[in-house]
Parts: sequence; C-alpha cells; structure tokens
Amino acid sequence: MKPFTSHTGRALPLDRADVDTDQIIPAEHLKRIERTGFGPFLFAEWRTDPSFVLNDPRFEGASILLAGANFGSGSSREHAVWALEDAGFRAVIAPSFADIFRNNCGKIGLLAVELPAASVQRLMDLAHGDPNSELTVDLEALRVSWSAGEEPFTIDTYTRWRLIEGLDDIGLTLRREADIARHEAKRPTRLPSVTG
Amino acid sequence: MSGPARTLAEKVWERHVVYRAEGEPDLLYVDLHLVHEVTSPQAFDGLRMAGRGVRRPDLTVATMDHNVPTGPGVVDPVSVKQMEALARNCAEFGIELFPTGHLGQGIVHVIGPQMGLTQPGLFIACGDSHTSTHGAFGALAIGIGTSEVEHVLATQTLPQSKPGSMAVTVEGELPEGVSAKDVILGIIARIGTGGGVGKIIEYRGSAIRGLSMEGRMTVCNMSIEAGARAGMVAPDDTTFAWLERRPHAPKGAEWEDALDDWRTLPTDDGAAFDDDVVLDATKLRPHVSWGTNPGQTVTIDDVVPEPTNDAAERALAYMALTPGMPIREIRPDTIFIGSCTNSRITDLREAANILRGRKVAAGLRAMVVPGSMLVKQQAEEEGIDLVFKEAGFEWRDAGCSMCLGMNPDKLEPGERSASTSNRNFEGRQGRGGRTHLVSPAVAAATAVAGHFATPQDLAGGAGDARSKRRGERTSSP
Repeated sequence: MKPFTSHTGRALPLDRADVDTDQIIPAEHLKRIERTGFGPFLFAEWRTDPSFVLNDPRFEGASILLAGANFGSGSSREHAVWALEDAGFRAVIAPSFADIFRNNCGKIGLLAVELPAASVQRLMDLAHGDPNSELTVDLEALRVSWSAGEEPFTIDTYTRWRLIEGLDDIGLTLRREADIARHEAKRPTRLPSVTG
Repeated sequence: MSGPARTLAEKVWERHVVYRAEGEPDLLYVDLHLVHEVTSPQAFDGLRMAGRGVRRPDLTVATMDHNVPTGPGVVDPVSVKQMEALARNCAEFGIELFPTGHLGQGIVHVIGPQMGLTQPGLFIACGDSHTSTHGAFGALAIGIGTSEVEHVLATQTLPQSKPGSMAVTVEGELPEGVSAKDVILGIIARIGTGGGVGKIIEYRGSAIRGLSMEGRMTVCNMSIEAGARAGMVAPDDTTFAWLERRPHAPKGAEWEDALDDWRTLPTDDGAAFDDDVVLDATKLRPHVSWGTNPGQTVTIDDVVPEPTNDAAERALAYMALTPGMPIREIRPDTIFIGSCTNSRITDLREAANILRGRKVAAGLRAMVVPGSMLVKQQAEEEGIDLVFKEAGFEWRDAGCSMCLGMNPDKLEPGERSASTSNRNFEGRQGRGGRTHLVSPAVAAATAVAGHFATPQDLAGGAGDARSKRRGERTSSP
C-alpha cells in the first residue's frame, strides 16, 4: 500500500448526499479482472450530463473529493475506491462514510476524512469560489488546512499508523500465525466444513 | 448466570477473537468465506503475486451469480472471462465451486443457508454487502471489499473494529398482506439509509420471532440498506427446525451438542444496546419505494411525497414522478421477482398464490428468477413454475439477474420496474432504469393490476377491497 502522510491538491465539490457505489462505478464496469483501469468509468452515468461537476474543466486535476453525508453507501465493491484512486484522487472529505467503503479506503491508502457538515460545506464554497485554491490533508498532524484556515479531524489510531507506514494488512496478520493456529485447534469439530 | 449481560452480537464476536491488543482492531476468525466471480479475481491475483495460498479451502465456497445469464441468448464475452477466471482460481487453490449448470449453483446468499453451511454463532464473510442475510441464523455476517477477501483467503481472519449495537424491536402481529420486506422497508424508512452506520442491528420482538427463516433472511439482507455493519436475529426453534437435516448441519450427537450451544446465544436479559428503536407491527402496511435510495419509501396507500430537500427533488426528477400522485396510480413496465432479498421458495409460493388463475396485465414484462437451482427445482416439483408461466411470467434460471445491471437482464432507459430486490439506486437495474422496491406479494398483485396494488386490491375489485379497511388514506387507482 502507498503510504499517506500529507497531501496537497485542489478539491472537487460533489455536493450530494448518499452517493452510493453504484454511482461511483456502475455495475456494468465491474467486469475487469484486473485491479487497474477503472478511472475512466468513475461516475460514468453522471458524467453523461455535461453540467456534472466532474466535467467542469475548472476542476480538472483535482485530487481531493468533497462530498455529502453517507458517501460510498450500498455495494461493497472495492472497484469504487480503485476508480477514485485511478482517477487521481488521494483523499475524500465528507460528513460521514458508509462502513465498507471506509474500510476499503483504508486498505488501499485513499484517505477518508470526516469533517462536520458545515465545514465540508465551507470547503465546497471555497472550491466553487476559486477552483484553483488548494487544500492540504495532513494525516500526521490530523489537520485539513487551506489558505484562510484549518480544521482538525480524527481517525482511528490504528488505521492512521497503517496508512502513514503504508503497511499491508495481510503481512501484519501473518505475524499472528501462532494465535491463529491456537484458535483453529480450539474450534469445535462440529463446525461446518465445505468439504466435510 | 455469571458475568455481565451480553448481546447476541457480543457473544458471537467474543468467540472469534484470535488476537486482541489495546489500540488495534480485534483479529477475528472467519468460519465461512463465500466467494463469487465479481469481487474475487483481484484477490486471487494478489495471492499469486505474494506467493500465498488459501489457508482454509475447506471453509471457503464459491459460486457464480452476479453476471450469469438466467435465460437463453448470447453471453457477453467479458462476463465469460470473469466466470472463467473464477473457475481457474478455484481449481488452482482447491476451492469448491458451484458453477453455472450445476444444481448447487445460485445466489451466494441463498446457497449458503440452503446447504446448511450458515449456522448460528458463526462469523461469516463475503465480498458482497448483502452478506448480512446470514445474520438471520444468529451468525455474525459481514460484507467486505476485495482487499479483505484476499486477507481472508490468505489468513482465514479479518481485523475488525468492534461496531456499536442497535436493537430494532418489532412488536405485534403483522396485518394481512404485510410481509418481511415491508418490515425492513418500514425500518429503513424510519431510521434512514445511514441510521445503522457503524452498528450491528439485532432484530427483536414478536413480529420478528413470528417470521419464517426466509422472512428473517429478507429482513437481515437489507440491513446494509440502513447502513448497518450487520443484522442479526437470535436463533430459536424456527431456526433449528429449518437447519436440521440440511447437508452440512451437524448430525446425531453433534446436533444435540450444537443445540445446547446455540440456545446460549440469544441476548441476555438486561443487556444494553447503544440504540433502541421500536416499531408497531400492527401499523405496518405494504411499502413501495418512490425515490433513488431505499429510505425514500412510503406505504402503498400514500402519495408521492413533496420533496423536502435537493436529494428528494433529484430523485423525483430521475423517477419521473409528481408529488401528490397516488402510489397506486404508478404503472410499471417490468415486474421482477428475484434477488438475494426475495427469491426463496416461500417468496415464490407467496407470489404464485396471488397469480394462480390470473394473468399479467397487457404490455407488462414479468420475470421470476429463483435464488438457486435447487429453489427452481423445488418450485417445479410444486408446480409453481406452471402458475407463473400461465400467468405470463418468464421462468428463469438462478442468478442475481435484474437486481443489478451486470448481466443480460436489465431495464431499458426510462423503463420502470416493480422489483423485489434491495436497491433502487439510479441505474441499478440498468442505465436510466427506474426501480420501485416492493414485496413479492405486491409485485405479483401489481403484475395483474398493471399499477401498484396489493393482493387485497385484486380480491374484491380494487375499490371494494380498500374501502373495507379501517383508518386508511383513500386513493383511487
């Protein structure tokens, strides 16, 4: 996983709540068996509308997505996170996230930052007012900052540590081999086995 | 009893902790890992790249469901590639696979319970958000992303932060014509699509106890539509009777041993939940979604509501609906009975009972897609397929079908459905498609009436049926 310490970039304001993963990447684009190449299909349906914010050339190259509450709801498809990453996004800032989406972000190093709704709205206004204004999302300092201000955020300490170090979860878990083996030895024999 | 009072979820969680340390998520052991073709190829690739194997192929089972065709016709070559990748991966890593053409094939959340692999007290994971379905048995079952699928394949464990808890208690007897689907739609309409975020919901109360296992699966299935991490129902005699003698259920002395254990799982008296929500079952009515998320739902007796925010305005525009329009006046183009929410034998029986001797309204497309090939076989043994076919329904093979637009079963742009599935998101059933979520009973009655209707509407002529009921808003189709 790519380490995440701090990122500075321009923001794209997507002022909608309950953005589900079917919108982030529609099901018909989930058929690739590779891990890459999903970026062109990010918000594929909404992009057919020329007035959709992602089509606005003023926001081209933005790397921080600002969105409404409950972002990433619905399907567990990690393809949604891959599409955002592939399209150049390093962080999403929203008032709240769906659980599975937030988990998926943490696995690949896309930072999901929760800020109060009023703060997200202020950042959206800032981006609309000046699409060239930059935001800095600093995971070490736990702070989002911009030219005229800053706002602290919180994230669970374990995810923060993994993201800053860029650590692979599987590698971390394999250090617990003895614990896993001990648990397996204790499992009752009546528990179901697919082959048994 | 000794120790503090604990919830069902806490008890199941605690027995799966492999490793626990301050400031870290718990490492939990996965008893059963369900795999399908869409969220697994990149996980298997990850294993190969790291030179890792599958730790417990014997606790892993795979099927093809999301993009399989359920009827005749040409299969898109990209879908074929994804199904072939799953077959190759399962062969390489020694995982049992139920591919298309196999009697064991079906929707991943239908075949697990059907085989008796889904049991009380287990921790179950699958790269699909509707894994919450398995919570109906008193298992803790969560949907995961592909990185986590790879993690489970490699280690048979998952690091998980402990979620909060929510009790949703539904008390009283459900009125006639109100089903498990209406219970869960009513719950989501009440707590909202984000109401369960970060929590495990335990469904409780006499109305939940009174549901069949299939009904409980329908309720738990849509926990994710309320944002919840999982949904659970305490196991009881209904659970045990359903499970007994299924192929993978414990046998003989082990069955008795299992029963003793499972009876210790229900939430202790006095255990506290972070949130408590109570619904009166006797006040529930059949529900129909009007918008583009499952929280945008009203009863069939209501009208399309006035929008109260931008999201609702956008939803109304997408759905091409006008506020004030009676729900019963909305006319779908397609009826879909199927999906991991409502494709089990009891769902099909319920719909068939309404359709027997009746015809699908002129101009409507109607299809029924059993949740598994075994459900299909059972329905055919009961003659249910003939009822559907005589009524004018297409009778398909098992798969996710029109629940999500990634196989040949799709809505056309602008087409409107009455669907027993779980998501009415924009484009969910096909680009530009408009989805209304309903129960199998409402789907069947709507197929006959040509507009949203309940079975009671059909019985004595629409007007008569409604005027006989007390205390309801009137609306004329």
